[in-house]
Amino acid sequence: MTDVAVPLTTRKDWASDQEVRWCPGCGDYSILSAVQLLLPELGVQRENTVFISGIGCAARFPYYMNTYGIHSIHGRAPAIATGLAVTRPDLDVWVVTGDGDSLSIGGNHLVHALRRNVKLTILMFNNQIYGLTKGQYSPTSEVGKITKSTPFGSLDTPFNPVSLALGAEATFVARTHDLDRKHMIETFRRAHDHPGASFVEVYQNCNVFNDGAFEAINRKENRADMLIPLEHGQPIRYGADGEHGVASDGQGGLRLVEVADVGEEALVVHDEHRVNPSLAFALSRLATGPHEPTPIGVFRAVERPDYGSLVDHQLLEARARGGAGDLSSLLRSGATWNYD
Amino acid sequence: MTTKSKPVNEPGKVETIDQVVIRFAGDSGDGMQLTGDRFTDESALSGNDLSTLPNFPAEIRAPAGSLAGVSAFQIHISDHEILTPGDAPNVLVAMNPAALKANVNDLPAAGTLVINVDSFDERALAKAGYETDPLKDGSLSAFRVYEIPMTSLTLEACRPTGAKPRDAERSKNFFALGLLSWLYHRPIIDTERWIVRRYNRVPIVAEANALAFRAGYNFGETAEIFESSYDIAPAEHLPGTYTNVTGNVALAWGLLAASHLAKLPLFLGSYPITPASDILHELSKHKNFGVRTLQAEDEIAGIGAALGAAFGGALGVTTTSGPGIDLKAETVGLAVSLELPLLIVDIQRGGPSTGLPTKTEQSDLLHAMFGRHGEAPVPIVAAKTPSHCFYAAIEAARIALKYRTPVYLLSDGYLANGSEPWRLPDVESLPDISVEFATEPNATGTDGEPTFWPFTRDPDTLARPWAIPGTPGLEHRIGGLEKQDGIGTVSYEPANHEVMVRARAAKIAGIAKNLPAAEAEDPDGDARVLLLGWGSTYAAITAGAKRVRKAGKSVAQLHLVHLNPFPPNLGEVLRSYEVILVPEGNLGHLTRLVRSDFLVDAKVLSKVEGSPFRVGEIERAILQEIERLESGAAVPDASGQVDARGRGPAVGGSSAEEAAL
Ligand SMILES: Cc1ncc(C[n+]2csc(CCOP(=O)(O)OP(=O)(O)O)c2C)c(N)n1
Ligand code: SF4
Ligand SMILES: [Mg+2]
Repeated sequence: MTDVAVPLTTRKDWASDQEVRWCPGCGDYSILSAVQLLLPELGVQRENTVFISGIGCAARFPYYMNTYGIHSIHGRAPAIATGLAVTRPDLDVWVVTGDGDSLSIGGNHLVHALRRNVKLTILMFNNQIYGLTKGQYSPTSEVGKITKSTPFGSLDTPFNPVSLALGAEATFVARTHDLDRKHMIETFRRAHDHPGASFVEVYQNCNVFNDGAFEAINRKENRADMLIPLEHGQPIRYGADGEHGVASDGQGGLRLVEVADVGEEALVVHDEHRVNPSLAFALSRLATGPHEPTPIGVFRAVERPDYGSLVDHQLLEARARGGAGDLSSLLRSGATWNYD
Repeated sequence: MTTKSKPVNEPGKVETIDQVVIRFAGDSGDGMQLTGDRFTDESALSGNDLSTLPNFPAEIRAPAGSLAGVSAFQIHISDHEILTPGDAPNVLVAMNPAALKANVNDLPAAGTLVINVDSFDERALAKAGYETDPLKDGSLSAFRVYEIPMTSLTLEACRPTGAKPRDAERSKNFFALGLLSWLYHRPIIDTERWIVRRYNRVPIVAEANALAFRAGYNFGETAEIFESSYDIAPAEHLPGTYTNVTGNVALAWGLLAASHLAKLPLFLGSYPITPASDILHELSKHKNFGVRTLQAEDEIAGIGAALGAAFGGALGVTTTSGPGIDLKAETVGLAVSLELPLLIVDIQRGGPSTGLPTKTEQSDLLHAMFGRHGEAPVPIVAAKTPSHCFYAAIEAARIALKYRTPVYLLSDGYLANGSEPWRLPDVESLPDISVEFATEPNATGTDGEPTFWPFTRDPDTLARPWAIPGTPGLEHRIGGLEKQDGIGTVSYEPANHEVMVRARAAKIAGIAKNLPAAEAEDPDGDARVLLLGWGSTYAAITAGAKRVRKAGKSVAQLHLVHLNPFPPNLGEVLRSYEVILVPEGNLGHLTRLVRSDFLVDAKVLSKVEGSPFRVGEIERAILQEIERLESGAAVPDASGQVDARGRGPAVGGSSAEEAAL
């Protein structure tokens, strides 16, 4: 292999000249920084990178990236990105979406992109609220949420996005949050490097319409006891001294334990490569919302051929079998007859 | 059906006829579409001109023997050029009582009825709603009736195969095909070969079908119940290679051709829907052309994926029908705003809602024209015959690529499933529709460095540059928010919005500059009545005009392929006629467009019965108009618009009132 110098990029190269217009203090800023810090490290090129979004505050993201990008319509980014990724396997295609965009209007497209395992890196900014439309409850808002559209409290049970993605046959599912740049960068890196569809739920603070939604778990002083870091091959434990852990509940699920009570051997060892998603699913059910100890990190990372490669493989096979298509013979492929 | 007797040898008399219309009708499980398709291929090989009209129920398996489950296939064959599948059959093949009941009203007096009498038992009669047996109660006395025990003859013929009677009985459509093949002197060797090929995995079925087919043929020859058999000479044709093609296959091939001519990979995003699915099926077969087909999770995803593919430099296409078109509207608007090439293929069917899913209609024109929020103009191309779907697809792609715009390509259920012989084009003669991607910066940034502005416009076409990901230095973001003219960044500035709205409108309107001028066909040169049409009415309108001219009257005809924008001189052409009659399969879509665009008093001739116009309906309407003019009524009548059966009015606006103003 000859050494081709990969032109190095810096964070500045990835920022567009557009003024960032999120509300001051919005969690979206730190996610943008994390992505702009990560990209130079990935050794990828701007011209081969595409950000596609739907509609929402989160969906403004592509405008701030000095790459190719589409700010499309509400909920449809995974579908649009699917067409691009399938026809252009040479590109890195990212999807940036909100909780309403991806789980409400675009729920159908999200689950099918995951099921097909399209080579996409999907970052879902979950602020548990509709930001852009000024604060209605979203499909991830907790029951009883009081908003302008639910003055007496919302009634419907929220989605657990990680559970949903796992149920949709996703091959890569992770969670991170906007207050931990390092964790975001590492999680996004893993998502980017995954050879298929990757889904990352990013807990994101909307300081205008849902301020502090994740405070209980991600404020610096709460993190040790409220965030459960998932590390592949390691017993799952948390707490300042690793004094808490996760063990089997004996009924196919998991429970939170004190290591001192159960002993280290009783802790579940995290295995993100397990083909059977049950363990990952059980982990996703540990917390019913961001007010209980909540796992973060990579829940699942398994390999399955990505959709675009399978499509390309069929094209190659068809060529090998029938030769490259010839238009003139195609037109003559049915019964033909001649008149002179 | 005109006949010329001519003395012939034994065993049977042969008459030469110039044309015939045959309708095969049976239960949807009886294989009538397949029988019709085979008869079509045989007729094409005989050198006849032909046109076909399949007609099948919306249910996959409606209750056997019910009226709802009747499936029919009509074919018109002749020794001269024909355009339509025929107004009414001369021969009706009825495989069961329901098929007879559902179709016999279309058979004119003295028409021929070929009936499978085995199926006329009490239960079947009752299911079809017959109180008495029509074979016995004299109700068919106006027709020439041939009662043939097709089921039992088929069972007898298939006995050597050892097939169970229930299975062997299914070959009776091949018996009917064999019989009609004998009656009209069709070549049978090709069907025999076809049977072997088609059923090669189930030899017992192949054998049963072949035996039934042969038995039907031999029955005609030996049973001596037909007074004669018929010869139809080959039609005169322009020299060339021909094939028989349905509209959907031609359209799919047109898309492959467009991809080849544009030198771009083809991407189809589609969700199954009748009558458009066959395009998805056909394209999915041809992966060796590099076509990628995605059966999406819904129509919105289908068009979304096609748009994403277009952003990446592919020829993006989505195919659907009415309900799917509704779902795609928002994404079409996005494509208008992004100014990316995209084809939206609408195979129209009866609506609203699920409507008549298997029946034809032309009622999406105004949706294609206006069915989006905001000022969102979209060019529209409409195919006029099954084989024209091929060329229409290339033309739609040409416009989309050249002007970076979504384009609607309209076809309908009649074109989609109907077929006609097609004189194959020389592939070399097809137009080059390739366009260039942007590769270089086209502006200077505030920092003095070269940069790329995605919304600058070509001075001639007003199209913006198409820069695809992977091109260094041309990174840019586009979106559904309004863009600043030129630089393409988000802009909420009111004056800029007006500039952009007008620029997008001017771009689409400007397509007309490069369209061929509209030219009405008026062989006599003195017509006062113009027939204006679009889409699948071409065949019936052309045939109707021919009949009128044969009768010594003048009429002009103009058929539009480009519905948005119209050809540049359309208004001028329209204004040069006293009466503009617009036959269309809706309540007046094109009629409204030309009335509002050109202030002409166009009248609609409507038909929304799920079937194409009959030639006679068009002919009658033309003659009425001519008569009115000749009787001195210079002003068009006050009754306004009429439908094909003389009911009206259909579109508001009394012409008399307007004339009085
Ligand atoms: C078809 C359509 N319906 C509704 C809207 C209005 N709308 C814009 S963004 C949004 C919700 C966004 O919520 P989310 O996806 O959570 O994004 P956030 O603003 O919170 O980042 C809605 C309902 C729209 N733009 N398009
Ligand atoms: S409304 Fe909320 S999510 Fe949207 S920009 Fe403001 S803080 Fe961020
Ligand atoms: Mg939100």
